[in-house]
Amino acid sequence: MFSVEFQAYGYVAATIFLTVALYSYIYHLYKNRRDADGHDYEEYSNMALHDGIEDTPVNSLPKDDKK
Amino acid sequence: MENRPLEYDYTVAKMFMLTTIIFGIVGMSIGVILAFELAFPGINTILGSGLAEYTNFSRLRPLHTDSVIFGFTISGVFATWYYVGQRVLKVSMAESSLLMFLGKLQFWIYILTVAAAVVSLFLGETTSKEYAEFEWPVDIAIVVVWVLWGVNMFGLIGLRREKSLYISVWYYIATFLGIAMLYLFNNMEVPTWLATSAAGETHIGDWFHSVSMYAGTNDALVQWWYGHNAVAFGFTVPIVAMVYYFLPKESGQAIYSYKLSLLSFWGLMFVYLWAGGHHLLFSTVPDWVQTMGSIFSIVLILPSWGSAINMLLTMKGEWQQVAASPLIKFMILGSTFYMFSTLEGPIQAIKSVNAIAHFTDWIVGHVHDGVLGWVGFMIMAGLYHMAPRVFKREIYSKSLMASQFWIQTLGVVLYFTSMWIAGITQGMMWRAHDQFGNLAYSFIDTVTVLHPYYAIRGVGGLLYLIGFVMFTYNIYKTMTAGKRLDSEPASASPMGA
Repeated sequence: MFSVEFQAYGYVAATIFLTVALYSYIYHLYKNRRDADGHDYEEYSNMALHDGIEDTPVNSLPKDDKK
Repeated sequence: MENRPLEYDYTVAKMFMLTTIIFGIVGMSIGVILAFELAFPGINTILGSGLAEYTNFSRLRPLHTDSVIFGFTISGVFATWYYVGQRVLKVSMAESSLLMFLGKLQFWIYILTVAAAVVSLFLGETTSKEYAEFEWPVDIAIVVVWVLWGVNMFGLIGLRREKSLYISVWYYIATFLGIAMLYLFNNMEVPTWLATSAAGETHIGDWFHSVSMYAGTNDALVQWWYGHNAVAFGFTVPIVAMVYYFLPKESGQAIYSYKLSLLSFWGLMFVYLWAGGHHLLFSTVPDWVQTMGSIFSIVLILPSWGSAINMLLTMKGEWQQVAASPLIKFMILGSTFYMFSTLEGPIQAIKSVNAIAHFTDWIVGHVHDGVLGWVGFMIMAGLYHMAPRVFKREIYSKSLMASQFWIQTLGVVLYFTSMWIAGITQGMMWRAHDQFGNLAYSFIDTVTVLHPYYAIRGVGGLLYLIGFVMFTYNIYKTMTAGKRLDSEPASASPMGA
């Protein structure tokens, strides 16, 4: 019986936590508009549009800068 | 040779393009035969009663579902990954001989696995779990193929030049992780030779025979957690990955809102896994599980429409492209069918609607407007977009592609409208009773009434198959006779008349 109740409370707690996390993420995206690297999220659409192997990456990896 | 510029290597993508087409033809052909078997039962024994075992509906049905799911769709997912993955990560398969070897190994083990699956199902060896019919040796081979794909995916990500992962890559990763988890847990099975000796025709005790580790209601719960999420992570998530790459690239338009794509992704991941209970409404599972399945199904409209609306709005100000390009038409109608079937599904998951819809042909109609209109259209559009870049030739015929689009659209419309009418008629007739509670109709009454709709469904399926053969011909001619291209097209795919 204990494990069933534990599951039920755990389920409710997990749902509330995930809902809060998801809404916080939405708020974060629209408030900051830019990620930790300083790129506007909308710039990342260019990863599909400029996807030639010689095209400049939107956000290069540091190791690539050394080449 | 050493001065040759680095290029993307599409060897493995091409291999999976081939299997996408072959398994598409096989799976859809069996589907059309099945549709006509339901309308005209004599076809079940068309090769004589001696071979009826191999031609009847029940033997062929898992071959249809599994060949379109694990053959056509999963090949399409692999083919597009080995194309899109390289491009958005800006790394070539040619840069790693290990990844190239593993990609080819994955392909050949996949071929052997499919052969084993086809033979075993054709011989009637099945675990009797829907969409998970394979016995344990085939299951293990599928896991090996999947792990090889994962190694390749994360290997390519490890070598990337682009630090951030494009939204499609997130969706491909989710496909990999989601299916891995679902497939392993639902296929936990115990070989019966551990418990008993071989017992003749039932095959209980034979080396390949197994039973599920779960029993009764638990088995049903795990099965539909798997079954529904196989739709999620096989038919939705990787197809969204495709549309997020192919539509912007083909139209030359940036995604309408990249932020919306991110939150739709996490919303979908959050909600989808809870919705499977809607397959078990009015069954022996706890009532709260059923209610949860209904509620999460309704909530699922939000992330699904988030992606679909994002796709439609990507065409904002560029709607003339939809009129001008049959390739864009496939993707826009695909996104529209996605919106449509992700509204229809939640409606069917409402308990009062499900009381009529459950077990009827409306469910079959729902599945097919999703897979024919969304999954099939997007995979074909993806392959059409890839063809000029992979084969360095113009698409052979624009008019053939346009004709194919209209023939298949008509096929899908005939399919789902006939199944709507059939399903609701069926549901109403099953429930009808007189004032004393006696049922108004017997089962055969419903069968008689449904016959014309079954025939229309068969015609709809046949039109879709004809369109797929046209697609195959167009791709074949593109490979062999399309005009050669000097440089890779930046956006719109070049097409011959």
